[in-house]
Amino acid sequence: MAAYEPVLLKYANQPGMHTLEAYLSHGGYGAAKKALGMKPVELIQAVKDSGLRGRGGAGFPTGLKWGFVPPVEKVPGPRYLCVNADESEPGTFKDRYIMEGDPHELLEGIVITCWAIGANTAYIYIRGEFVKSARILERAVEEAYRHGAFGPNVLGSGFKLECSVHRGAGAYICGEETGLLTSLEGGRGYPRIKPPFPAVVGLFGQPTIINNVETIANVPHIVERGAAWFKSIGPAEDPGPKLYCISGHVKKPGYYEGPMGVTIRSLIHDYAGGMIDERPLKAIIAGGSSCPWIAPDKIDTCLGFESLKKVKTMFGSAGTIILNDSVCVVDAMWNILRFYAHESCGQCTPCREGTGWLAKIFERIELGGGREDDIATILDICDNMRGKTICVLSDAAAWPVQSILDVKNYPDAACFRPEVEAHIREKRCPMGKHAPTRAEGVKQHGRISPRLVT
Amino acid sequence: MSFTFTPERRARLDEVIGRYPRKEAALLPALRMAEEQAGCVDYDAMEHVAEILGVSPAKVLGVFTFYTHYRRPGTGRHLVQVCATLPCALRGAEGVFDAFAKELGIGKDETTKDGLFTLKKVECLASCGTAVCVQINDDYVENVTPDKVAGIVKDLREKK
Ligand SMILES: Cc1cc2nc3c(=O)[nH]c(=O)nc-3n(C[C@H](O)[C@H](O)[C@H](O)COP(=O)(O)O)c2cc1C
Ligand code: SF4
Ligand code: FES
Repeated sequence: MAAYEPVLLKYANQPGMHTLEAYLSHGGYGAAKKALGMKPVELIQAVKDSGLRGRGGAGFPTGLKWGFVPPVEKVPGPRYLCVNADESEPGTFKDRYIMEGDPHELLEGIVITCWAIGANTAYIYIRGEFVKSARILERAVEEAYRHGAFGPNVLGSGFKLECSVHRGAGAYICGEETGLLTSLEGGRGYPRIKPPFPAVVGLFGQPTIINNVETIANVPHIVERGAAWFKSIGPAEDPGPKLYCISGHVKKPGYYEGPMGVTIRSLIHDYAGGMIDERPLKAIIAGGSSCPWIAPDKIDTCLGFESLKKVKTMFGSAGTIILNDSVCVVDAMWNILRFYAHESCGQCTPCREGTGWLAKIFERIELGGGREDDIATILDICDNMRGKTICVLSDAAAWPVQSILDVKNYPDAACFRPEVEAHIREKRCPMGKHAPTRAEGVKQHGRISPRLVT
Repeated sequence: MSFTFTPERRARLDEVIGRYPRKEAALLPALRMAEEQAGCVDYDAMEHVAEILGVSPAKVLGVFTFYTHYRRPGTGRHLVQVCATLPCALRGAEGVFDAFAKELGIGKDETTKDGLFTLKKVECLASCGTAVCVQINDDYVENVTPDKVAGIVKDLREKK
């Protein structure tokens, strides 16, 4: 593992660094001052040149996104920044450590971003469960107001900026950018059809940029140290500092900062201390539960948006989940599907019904009720769930399932298919994971969701 | 209507409403404040919030029921929410849940007779690196294993 000097968490891991005083003591808000002396177009160009891609899931180039905000002459009225702190993709737990450890890093990024896109209001949408993070952030926002980093005259520049923390209340779908917007407007968190994209018609119908916490936390460093410096970290096509989350069957699960492009092998062995009890690796979920699974022979793949695309999966939100040989593939997939069935917002039939059906079929197979035509049925349902709905939650539920069963499109990950077939053939879990009746399963796990009465 | 915000909370809510160009946007924060004041959100609170924000009670109810994280009436004083999503499941969430169930003598979504505890299973709490994660009231209890459960429950009982 090459020497790497932390950027995002340089101070966050030291106790007490969440205060304004500590932040100022190492030059805090200097980048914001510098940025306010630059033209917004220059800033957007710098972020484009840096190669920064969104850290929330889709990996969209950040500078490019900012550039989509139309000029005021074309679309008058306010612009908004929404910071996505919903952090709810299973396997992902990184934004929280920025918010709790170094909240002013995020707030400084907000000041710069708002200046770049011409927004006078920023909302930080944080998931409801993060009570502690929200308290720390709220305190930091107050401090920033007192320091003059927010308010009618930001750092003496004449720029006006209001910022507040908005707490969600437990719904994965509010992490989807348009679901976040409807939730922030006071509604059920229903995603909206795109286009129009939020950069043009967003919050309260006005141009809005939505960025992930980690994305924004990178911005002050780009301003301070330049696009060329940023680009020199990790692979040139996919550069920058990165927070990796690793969970599951490793000795030291947790979050680690490194350059983009660390290999999966290095993340498991150099950062996370290796596999528990040295048991063999069975499957890798590289970027959070929505990602297609990959087989252990892909362990030397670099973690990055481009490199993972080449092995038919995604980097997503960098939530790497490691499964060892004790895992039953059907059981694990059932767990993931129960999550999506629970979190589907219910607007689109293929998603609302499809997620529920998939969860139920996997449950039935795991509990010994597999049928010969199940795999064909599952793949058919998946086909109907992809590319047909308002948002990609539906696709996200289908991807992992397809990856382990669809031999044609995922020849490598389909190495897991024989295990599913064995469940169906033997009418039981060959790994002996579950009580063999449906009723027992329901008692153990509860119904999939209240509206899917079984 | 028996629920009304205390004057201090009402003032804070008015300040929050002022952050948005539309009053309605303060709906989620308003429900939080009601929860904070009464320990849960009931119909009376929803009607009160509807009146303040100028929306129909049906709208508030519709929004409220979409979100799982507000406390419903009848919830025990200590709300124990065991994460059961894959990363926690890989580290033994099922065993942790069973240990709580045994210790408290209740099942999923049930409340103890003395009204002290409610037990739930929830989806990923974004703390998968410190699995198994259990949210108890506002706090995350991390790296929970079945053998720690009796101690956790005992501490909560003493805290009341
Ligand atoms: C179902 C779903 C859930 C999502 N959850 C999150 C989330 O919790 N946090 C996040 O930052 N992005 C999440 N996203 C991605 C956002 O829609 C959006 O792409 C992102 O916040 C944009 O920020 P970025 O460009 O900085 O990555 C989710 C997307 C989908 C489809
Ligand atoms: S795809 Fe699913 S989650 Fe997304 S809008 Fe449709 S029903 Fe809702
Ligand atoms: S799976 Fe339990 S905290 Fe993420």
